[in-house]
Amino acid sequence: MTSVSPPPAAPSPFTATARPATSPARRTGFGGLLLAEWTKIRSVRSTPWTLVIFAVVSLGLTGLLTWLTLRALNDGRNGARGSGILTDPVGFILGTGLGLGQLAICVLGALVITGEYSSGTIRASLLAIPHRYPMMLAKALVFAVLVFIVGEIVAFCSFFIGAVLVNGQTFTLTGTIAGHAVTAHRTLSVSLSQPGVLRAVFGAGLYLTVLGLFALAIGGLVRHTAGAITAVIGMVLVIFPLAGLLPDSWGAHVHAYLPTVAGQLITQDKPSAGQLLSAWQGFGVFCAWTALLLAAAIFLLQRRDA
Amino acid sequence: MIEAQDLTKRYGDKLAVDHLTFRVEPGRVTGFLGPNGAGKSTTMRLVLGLDRPAAGRATINGRRYAELAQPLRTVGALLEARAMHPGRSARNHLLFLAQTQGLPSRRVDEVLDLVGLREVARKRTKGYSLGMGQRVGIAAALLGDPSVLLLDEPVNGLDPEGILWVRNLIKQLAGEGRTIFVSSHLMNEMSVTADHLIVIGKGKLIADCSTREFISRSSEKSVLVRSPDADRLADLIAAEGGKAMAQEPSDGQAAALSVTGLEAPRIGEIAAANRIVLHELTPQLASLEEAFMELTAGSVEYGGGETAAAGSPAAASTTTPGGSQ
Repeated sequence: MTSVSPPPAAPSPFTATARPATSPARRTGFGGLLLAEWTKIRSVRSTPWTLVIFAVVSLGLTGLLTWLTLRALNDGRNGARGSGILTDPVGFILGTGLGLGQLAICVLGALVITGEYSSGTIRASLLAIPHRYPMMLAKALVFAVLVFIVGEIVAFCSFFIGAVLVNGQTFTLTGTIAGHAVTAHRTLSVSLSQPGVLRAVFGAGLYLTVLGLFALAIGGLVRHTAGAITAVIGMVLVIFPLAGLLPDSWGAHVHAYLPTVAGQLITQDKPSAGQLLSAWQGFGVFCAWTALLLAAAIFLLQRRDA
Repeated sequence: MIEAQDLTKRYGDKLAVDHLTFRVEPGRVTGFLGPNGAGKSTTMRLVLGLDRPAAGRATINGRRYAELAQPLRTVGALLEARAMHPGRSARNHLLFLAQTQGLPSRRVDEVLDLVGLREVARKRTKGYSLGMGQRVGIAAALLGDPSVLLLDEPVNGLDPEGILWVRNLIKQLAGEGRTIFVSSHLMNEMSVTADHLIVIGKGKLIADCSTREFISRSSEKSVLVRSPDADRLADLIAAEGGKAMAQEPSDGQAAALSVTGLEAPRIGEIAAANRIVLHELTPQLASLEEAFMELTAGSVEYGGGETAAAGSPAAASTTTPGGSQ
């Protein structure tokens, strides 16, 4: 509807110079929404802060724990052997720093949506996009791209830091086999050209991306920052790993198909004994869980009062 | 134009909005008046598609809000004081809204100039005063140069200068032919800005009329009469169908009567016909706040029992739906 024009002698200061009503409504479509979500995500401090914490924790811990473990091995402390650094150095490198750093991604994923609810921005957002779900899709896409880029950079840097520390280290292992003393020498060497390693490192970035979306979906369902962060971290750190204690084969199956348990398979360069899912199957299971939760979050977004 | 048809919203077993039907016309300021908790904000949220009505529908220019392709180009809304992230700058808040509507960032700077926030626009809104936050909200409402504006308590938290600014802005926007729907719980504020009033209490429509009509209809007219022969006049007034109540006499003045049911000219004629000397004959208008309180006395959500019960007899005699409860 064109509003009544003010008298020509006194043009209104409230009227845009290019009056939208007269200019053909420029269709913005999804691109405008992506741009808007990018503006939102880059314009709050929690984004750079959590990403910096993610990078510092991941890279710092990878370096520190790898170095400490190697030192302990050199000092002949056998306890360090249980860390798996000798049997699966790539898994060790990718599992230590990123294992803790991933929590920052969980926090950011939840915050991206709960921050809108706690501040009231959600109402401004939904007034602009009354169909609602395009906002959530644009938000998920922009956030996923951001986490993917940062996640891949940090994953590869973690790997290279670990590789520099690990490569060329030689250990003399002593033990007894059938009453005979045996000595073995093992020189550690990791590189991206080894089978499965590139996929594991690249997969770590993919895992973080989907983890971020998983947290975003939980945030969309819970709508409260503290509740959402507690829920996500509780699941990732406590509930899912504890499910590994479930008895019998059904317990093993339940555990294997839990979101992050399945998702983390892609970050391992070689399958472990008794693994039920392949790396990509596991990642697929994680993606399916995340898609399901996002769909539920969007469903509730459409239905609930904002 | 905004139209509400049988609009109803239920929270649990409580009706927040109770079958509201009204129409907000363009080209004038329509005040949306009611005590706190009357359902004004809920009604606005229903119109804006933020809440789902239990029944009925609301349209803007004939279409539901969700059917508008780029809604901010048609409708501007100011909801609560703060619907923005405290850590985000005003400019970025407006910028993301502009981007969703395909508006150029130039437009963001225009509205920032308009509300006088250009200098602080790049600072985080955390440090803004209540009034500055309100200005950001108004800037957001004006962003798409909309023909319909819904403003929920726009003068809340503003200093006198800010209040005057909002009043003039609202009037000018209405003068440009836009539809302006402004809520307030302050009758006096509405009496200076609104041309038309929609009054609700407990979610129900109490009045839908021009501001002038509302004031004259809802204020109980009484006439103060002073006469040395007050007793005889009181009898004559009673005989004419009026009601005279003796007032506390004040020092050195003739006895006073408060007369209801008869207009001042008629009382003067009665006195003249009976050769009664009058010292004073003054029509009394209840203040606007009093008028509003009388009208909504039966429908105050959180009113103290005392005051609600003591609400003047006029409340019962006017057609207050809540008054029958």
